[in-house]
Amino acid sequence: MMTLILLFLPFVAALLLLVVKGEGVKKLALGFALVELVVAGLVLKQYLIDPSTLTFTCFWITSLGAHLSIGISGISMLLVLLTAVLTPLIILTTFKHNYANPNAFYALILAMSGALVGVFVANDLLLFYVCWEAALIPIYFIAALWGGQNRIAVTFKFFLYTVIGSLCMLVGIMYLYLQTDVPHPITFEPHHSFDYNHLLALKLTFQEQCWLFWAFFVAFAIKMPIFPFHTWQPDTYTEAPAAGTMLLSGIMLKMGIFGVIHWLMPIMNEGFYANAYIVIVLAIIGVVYGSVLAIQQKDMKRLIAYSSIAHVGLIAAGLFAVNEQSLQGAVIQMFAHGINVVGLFFIIDIIESRTGTRDIASLGGIINKAPKLGVLFVIIMLGSVALPLTNGFPGEFLLLNGIFQYHAFLGAVAGLTIILGAVYMLKMYQNVMLGEVNSITENFTDLTITEFAVLVPIAAIVIVTGVYPQFFLDLTQGDVTQLLKVINTNIVTK
Amino acid sequence: MIQLVWLIPLLPLIGFTINGLLNKKMPKAFAGILASSMLAAAFGIAFKIFLEIKDLPGMIPTVKLFDFIHVGSLDIPFSFLVDPLSILMVMIITGVGFLIHVYSMGYMHDDEGFVRFFAYLNLFIFFMLLLVLGSNYVIMFIGWEGVGLCSYLLIGFWFKNQDYNDAAKKAFIMNRVGDLGFLLAISLIFVTFGSVEFTDVFSKAATLEIGIPVVTVITMLLFVGAMGKSAQLPLFTWLPDAMAGPTPVSALIHAATMVTAGIYMIARSNILYTLSPVTSSIVAMVGIATAIFAATIGLAQNDIKKVLAYSTVSQLGYMFLALGVGAYTGALFHVMTHAFFKALLFLGAGSVIHGMGGEQDLRKMGGLRKALPITFYTFAIGTVAIAGIPPLSGFFSKDEILAHAFAASPLFWALGVIGALMTAFYMFRLFFLTFFGEFRGTNAQEHHLHESPTSMTLPLIVLAVLSVVAGYANFPEIFGGKHYLQTYLAPVFAASVAKAPAQHLSHQTELMLMAVSVVCVLVSILVAYNTYISKKVVPEAEEANLSPLHKLIYNKYYVDEMYDALIVKPLYALSRVGHQFIEIGLIDNIVNSLGKIALFKGRIFNKLQTGHTTFYLFIMVLGIISILAYSLIVKL
Repeated sequence: MMTLILLFLPFVAALLLLVVKGEGVKKLALGFALVELVVAGLVLKQYLIDPSTLTFTCFWITSLGAHLSIGISGISMLLVLLTAVLTPLIILTTFKHNYANPNAFYALILAMSGALVGVFVANDLLLFYVCWEAALIPIYFIAALWGGQNRIAVTFKFFLYTVIGSLCMLVGIMYLYLQTDVPHPITFEPHHSFDYNHLLALKLTFQEQCWLFWAFFVAFAIKMPIFPFHTWQPDTYTEAPAAGTMLLSGIMLKMGIFGVIHWLMPIMNEGFYANAYIVIVLAIIGVVYGSVLAIQQKDMKRLIAYSSIAHVGLIAAGLFAVNEQSLQGAVIQMFAHGINVVGLFFIIDIIESRTGTRDIASLGGIINKAPKLGVLFVIIMLGSVALPLTNGFPGEFLLLNGIFQYHAFLGAVAGLTIILGAVYMLKMYQNVMLGEVNSITENFTDLTITEFAVLVPIAAIVIVTGVYPQFFLDLTQGDVTQLLKVINTNIVTK
Repeated sequence: MIQLVWLIPLLPLIGFTINGLLNKKMPKAFAGILASSMLAAAFGIAFKIFLEIKDLPGMIPTVKLFDFIHVGSLDIPFSFLVDPLSILMVMIITGVGFLIHVYSMGYMHDDEGFVRFFAYLNLFIFFMLLLVLGSNYVIMFIGWEGVGLCSYLLIGFWFKNQDYNDAAKKAFIMNRVGDLGFLLAISLIFVTFGSVEFTDVFSKAATLEIGIPVVTVITMLLFVGAMGKSAQLPLFTWLPDAMAGPTPVSALIHAATMVTAGIYMIARSNILYTLSPVTSSIVAMVGIATAIFAATIGLAQNDIKKVLAYSTVSQLGYMFLALGVGAYTGALFHVMTHAFFKALLFLGAGSVIHGMGGEQDLRKMGGLRKALPITFYTFAIGTVAIAGIPPLSGFFSKDEILAHAFAASPLFWALGVIGALMTAFYMFRLFFLTFFGEFRGTNAQEHHLHESPTSMTLPLIVLAVLSVVAGYANFPEIFGGKHYLQTYLAPVFAASVAKAPAQHLSHQTELMLMAVSVVCVLVSILVAYNTYISKKVVPEAEEANLSPLHKLIYNKYYVDEMYDALIVKPLYALSRVGHQFIEIGLIDNIVNSLGKIALFKGRIFNKLQTGHTTFYLFIMVLGIISILAYSLIVKL
């Protein structure tokens, strides 16, 4: 029941926001997001006691055999927490902007966070698909209506990419659905199902698995994004309003990773194994490619966008290396990346709203005027370059360790990220924050209380996760063990 | 007391937290005292533990705090290893660290970033202590990267100057190259031994045969890490640039402690290196090559700190030579004596710079012995110690290395002696140019000249005393010594000694070698005396007048320029080319053509309906979803 509240609260809140009139929309939206955070906290508490109480199933479209079936695993718990923590922070980051038509803006943000929760808790493939698409719509409108100058062309590109992915996945879903053979819940006649466990039990041939793998993978790969499906991403990140970029990079790209872990890996495990090597190579190309391209970017947002391609590439490579270390690394890195990238995009937003530019070369010396921003920026940057005792380290360490076990040479190539990451991040930090102030930055003011209230929790999470990652690892350890068991036993029995 | 070992790193961490959070609100006087007293207390605890463990040979207590990362069979506790080696390092770090903290209270007195400076110093000590106390490679790696961060923060301490920031960035990135090697080594250690815990890895390694390839790969990767941190060829160019930081930082981080982390790492992993003679000889070769290479550059530098920086690189080379020939105790002996005399020399240089109002150019100094008497006398002791003249500490530690090098290969020894005489030359050149002859600076500088305050001279005196007496820690047998240090460290190297027993030289040979090296050094000093005192030679003001060879070493063999041309520029070019041709030219073009096809197909339908394709597609998706959502709500 609690999970149900978790899922529907944001949608209800979004609808309420649409009808509310007056000034307080921002605060109301923040309030709803905080309530959602509390609910997520309660769910976490319940999860630690007994996860099975968090499942809920009822008929949905009976004629199709679709259920409203939701449940919480360790990995989905972590991602729900990420969503619940980031949504209020992202709403708080918008407090200094006055967007036109705020009701719609905040309603879309909340609706999106609801859809994301849906993606993470769905145990029914159709429900998963609906939520997957439903998450796309708000971000499309946020980018298209509140974005930068070039927004129409860019959102079209984004849209084209995602629709192609979604269509591939839809075909795959239909095929899987038709392969199931379970009694109709009421008439008990032979029927089909979207249920997770029914899909797991499917006996698919190797050929089926391979093409199904690619059908799903393209959708997930575009969302993450994995090289070479990524070119929508830097453009969209740059053109979307800051809050949209944060939603996209902080939470939404985790949908793709989660899809791989939750659906692709266990259901199409043979196809998964057979194609893993290709994907890892692509992912690691993305790691190096993203890092190298980040070095010479002039726009801060674009730089972080490319760094994000590199980070996500590493996560993807870890997923496909399928061992305990790489999977756990991927999972904790998803959480860490979400936190860091939101922090970084917010800092860029702060700098842009004060100086009117994101051009790295024309900034400089900001730390002289804004020491608080300087310190918090350093902490989040260190998380991003995976310095030990920050949240980036446990994930990157486990990922590199796991990829190394899969293939030593690929592990070494992926490891270049720790060098290149330092190159582009330190370069940006130095050019933007250090040195003497110039005419653009001389009137820079330090953080306001609201900004401080966003960045301090983020910095705190960066350090706490880095010092004691075992809490998060424990949360997902059971899932990962179970997943490996499912994958490996399926391989053996088939 | 052993169980309270976690207090040692915790104390500087507390100091960092208080100074770091309060920063500008913190009264200056209190910030320095707080930071220093944290180190004094940490040293006290370390000394107490030292007294407890020195009589308990063979026992290695591990103190576990919590599970850091535990995933499947990869179990990494956050725990500390209390053994003779770690406690020796802790005492050097906290002891020398304390003196440098006290010195900094005087040196940094007028700096607006005073509190921030002490916060960073404390943070550095915290990470350095993690590095040497960690009971597994991962905790060591935490410290390893953490000290790199502090080095970055402190080199770029005066962040308004972008040249300093460049130096800081260079140090961090070059260290990260080494760190990648370290990280891969950790992965391979885990794959090979199923653990990263020192006690597990080493006890399993002790059962292996000498010469297994995987151990060679592990040790090579670890050595890559050590090259970065300890500034060995080819990853050394960051260290001279790191002199951009305040002088106490150069003394603490870039001479006495952090740069010796690589030596600690190899000494800690001694059994692995003993198992791989190939890597060991590479370590020795890189060490001696660096020692000579850096010494030649040191001959021609005119910046007082740069000379000392190259000297540090060179001395670290000697330590690696020692490790490579299996003289682990000798390497640590030199780590210890070097920590004393090099910290002394850097702090002395700091005192000179302080007195000269920020001047670092040797050509502008001269005759300073009258104005800075304490600095002069202590600096003289440091110079004699590093030159390797008995009975000061540098002689004994260097002699021990050279004797072992001779046993391994007389060539190593010969090169070592050549390096030693160059060391003596550049150090006495620096010493003579600074303290003797006529003053060559401006009138304002001459007027400003003054001896440093007590907070600065007192650490100099203490370090000078240590530089004199530290040699007796491992006094050679031929002079009736007891080898205290060797006995104390014996448990750490027991397995290596069992695998490959050390070769001993006869006493006559050892005495002869000593005599040769002392004579060479004395001759070298005489030449320096003749050049810089008798002939009063002052280095050329203009680079243009130098001979080609002199120019080559003056410009550090153009190694930086080489890296720039071979790595930095191509990487930047690759980044630009990748963006233009692959990203925009190739991938985006394909996507955009697909987009155009979609739009074109769309136009056929546009004839029926006006509007945008996107919009219609969205309406369609929205429609499907509303139907599904509707049925969902009805069912609920």
